[in-house]
Amino acid sequence: MLELIIFSSLNGLLYGLLLFLLASGLTLIFSMMGVLNFAHASFYMLGAYFGYQISRYVGYWPGLLLAPLLVGGIGALVERFGLRTVHKHGHVAELLFTFGLAFMIEELVQMVWGKIPVDYRVPELLNFSAFTLFSTTYPAFRIFMLLMSVAVFIALLLLLTRTRVGLIIRAALSHPHMVGSLGHNVPLVFMMVFGVGCGLAALAGVIAGPALVTQPAMAASLGPILFVVVVVGGLGSLAGAFIASLGIGLIQTFAVALNISVADVVGHLGITLTRDSIGGDLWVATVAQVAPIIPYLLLVLVLIFRPKGLMGDRDT
Amino acid sequence: MSAVIQRGGVLTPWLVAAAVVIVLPYIFSSGSSLTMMSLMGFAIVFALSYNMLLGQTGMLSFGHAVYYGLGGFMTAHALNVIGAGKWPIPLPLLPLVGGLAGLSFAILFGWVSTKRAGTAFSMISLGIGELVAACSLILRGFFGGEGGISTSRTSTLRLFGINFGPQIQVYYLIAAWCLLCMAAMYAFTRTPLGRMCNAVRDNPERAEFVGYSTQMVRFIAFCVSGFFAGVAGGLAAIHYEIVTASVVGAGPSGSVLLMAYIGGISFFIGPVIGAVLMTALQISLSDYTGAWMLYVGLMFVLVVMFAPAGLGGLLLMHRPLLAAGTWRRVLPAYALALVPASLLFVGGVLLVETSHHLLVKASEGSAMRVLWIPYDAKSPAAWAGILALLGAGLLALKHIGPKVADAFHGARLEATSKLSAP
Amino acid sequence: MSAAALQLVDLHKRFGVTPIIRGVNLDVKQGERHAIIGPNGAGKSTLFHLVSGRFPVTSGQVLLKGESITGLAPFQINRRGLARSFQVTNIFPRLSVFENIRCGVLWSLGYRYAFWRLVERARDARERTNFILEQINLTARRDVPAGVLSYAEQRALEIGITIAGGADVIMLDEPTAGMSRSETEHAVALIKRVTEGKTLIIVEHDMSVVFGLADRISVLVYGQVIATDTPPGIRANAAVQEAYLGAPAAQAEHG
Repeated sequence: MLELIIFSSLNGLLYGLLLFLLASGLTLIFSMMGVLNFAHASFYMLGAYFGYQISRYVGYWPGLLLAPLLVGGIGALVERFGLRTVHKHGHVAELLFTFGLAFMIEELVQMVWGKIPVDYRVPELLNFSAFTLFSTTYPAFRIFMLLMSVAVFIALLLLLTRTRVGLIIRAALSHPHMVGSLGHNVPLVFMMVFGVGCGLAALAGVIAGPALVTQPAMAASLGPILFVVVVVGGLGSLAGAFIASLGIGLIQTFAVALNISVADVVGHLGITLTRDSIGGDLWVATVAQVAPIIPYLLLVLVLIFRPKGLMGDRDT
Repeated sequence: MSAVIQRGGVLTPWLVAAAVVIVLPYIFSSGSSLTMMSLMGFAIVFALSYNMLLGQTGMLSFGHAVYYGLGGFMTAHALNVIGAGKWPIPLPLLPLVGGLAGLSFAILFGWVSTKRAGTAFSMISLGIGELVAACSLILRGFFGGEGGISTSRTSTLRLFGINFGPQIQVYYLIAAWCLLCMAAMYAFTRTPLGRMCNAVRDNPERAEFVGYSTQMVRFIAFCVSGFFAGVAGGLAAIHYEIVTASVVGAGPSGSVLLMAYIGGISFFIGPVIGAVLMTALQISLSDYTGAWMLYVGLMFVLVVMFAPAGLGGLLLMHRPLLAAGTWRRVLPAYALALVPASLLFVGGVLLVETSHHLLVKASEGSAMRVLWIPYDAKSPAAWAGILALLGAGLLALKHIGPKVADAFHGARLEATSKLSAP
Repeated sequence: MSAAALQLVDLHKRFGVTPIIRGVNLDVKQGERHAIIGPNGAGKSTLFHLVSGRFPVTSGQVLLKGESITGLAPFQINRRGLARSFQVTNIFPRLSVFENIRCGVLWSLGYRYAFWRLVERARDARERTNFILEQINLTARRDVPAGVLSYAEQRALEIGITIAGGADVIMLDEPTAGMSRSETEHAVALIKRVTEGKTLIIVEHDMSVVFGLADRISVLVYGQVIATDTPPGIRANAAVQEAYLGAPAAQAEHG
């Protein structure tokens, strides 16, 4: 039991931090530019694939630096030549552009690397188990992932609170128009923010790629959860995104570990529910089977009781 | 008297459409044509229902397939129940079951969805779409697991000897429902609520200040849209005789968005154009190239970037030119525009096809052919040719593009001054 | 028994820790034309937003015809007979001028959320819309998309949408902002015409408009009303002159 709690907490924390890595970039882009980057998870996927490709030639570690730089550069180009053209057509057009971009990135990735998962391996240096608890080993790579995520998070925090650039970004988080009026080269700032946001997503991809499966569907499976995180946290709020990411990460990880269903629980009370009872499927499904929809249930609940999200104050 | 003439004028397009729909199978009578036209039929209903949200009320949904798919599932279940119990309900009434299912779920999810507007609404629609899609693995009884729910459309009450086995009969059923739904959705735009939907789209704040709750307007529009999406799903279920869980997922949600937008969301006829075009492309392109999804995605991105009014918008903006007779002015410029257009098109297609061949069909070797021309996908000469085509096309676009724009604007200016002169 | 159309009782509004409206008391009688003036940043538009439900009140009450409308949503307030225009033109740009007005008319005629009847058949809506169009002199432009109208035409349309619903308390937020002299004169004549018999509350910067139109004037400075009086009384009020640094008030006296 304790084993379950410890490992699930570790994994949940890891998943939550990974989500936050992605959600923070997304929130920064949204707060500054007003556009929700539908292709954010696609850049995450590109980061994983670029990291994989680089690892095939020079190993994993250069990929950690190169892949985010490459993808960040691609992101900046996309902003300069794509988003900027669409900007004048309004927010809906921008969202649709990023949607089309996500679609195309998925097709291109499938074309170049194929539809089956690629073998993105954990680097030799970290290919051992960090510790053993109650007969289950915990891979060192996961500890590395945790530490990397925390390091990036701290770096972000320092950047935002201690530097001048960070001050500008924080100002733009709540008052984007004012920042432009203050004389900053807004188009350049936009391009950099979008590039850095995509680079962050790619970094998450390089970190997560060897541990999670690197396949063309990884963007489509993570994307919706990411958007749920930012809506539940409150669009435009980094703190909200942090709480929502950790919350969803922990809840979902714990849920996956629970193999009990409603039928099991009421069975202890002497009531028999099977698949053939009315609403049979609902009673027999285990929490683990239901785990994929938990983020979306959370979304619905939050919307009913707190429509602006946990910490949101900006209306879209 | 003027009312009668006006009446006649209003009904004429619909009578023409009905006539076209009746006559089409005699012109295109092959099995595959009938199938394609049937597919277009319910794609049109689905796309129009989607545009009630996007184009008319300003709500961008990424999860509209929920109501389409659930309508399909309910229709399939109803069909099975009716067939097994031999109930005297004829097949033509079944899409109504789909519609009511779509409506019910739209009421259920809609109240929560419409609590927020704008980007948040879009993300919520995405979340609910994923929620329902994920439920399909849990609720195996309703969704039928991996195999889906099969049904038979010939199991219902036979009227006038029609059992809806042959495709031609299914086509007429779908076509009739399609025309009915089109008329109903068009009429909706001419009602007080339809007008307020447009007002909410244009300026939700002002709409509140003239006495309308924007949430209520959006909610009702959402429900009506869900009804018609459910009808489309029911028609699809009848056509395919099987419904699988993918029908509530991201695939149909994405493609209906593409259909509506490429066709043009600002005009009622836009989604119709988009649905017809996309269905035709989907069926015909996939025979010729494995990269057809990439083409569709590219087309969508190009429309978003350069023609946000959609293809329908591009066509309809020539309306004043036709009315004033100034369309002749643009013909030389448009003819000239064929140069960059064809260069870019051929270059682009060659680029995609060659890359596709090299990457995906690597096992087949590097020899390939496009149309009649064989070449080696790896040869530098081929790649140089492709890049040259693209480069020339871009250069031509840079020079000819402004000329085309000028010609069009000139023609339109002339047209508007001609039309407004007494 | 004073027939108070609108009453503001000890109204306060804070944004975060910054107080904007710091205790406003105001009584506007039925049928009165009441102007609210004050230097920039006094909180005039904020006051409008508080009354019409766009911003929530921090404390205090707003009473419309004796009933509290504090904290109600804008559409609820509008349905009780209060309509407002906006300082920055807030129309439906893609709809035609005719349709803009008709949208303002629909609820008041009871059409609500009807989607089972065609709006073209609604003769009363059409007639009322045509009537309003005549009043604001935009009949000739009825089929033009509102977004392409000239600035002054859009301001006229703005007023038209506001009065279309037949509300008896009309609030106009700087209706003549950005207009030339002649355009302003037309606008004032229009406002006088369309608010016959109704209660009008108007925020204005143009002193000639204010002094020519208003029955009573309130002066708002730093979120408080420092004076409420008839135009001559306000003109002579020392505190008002001081608040305006003399120049505009002196100008209006001679203009």
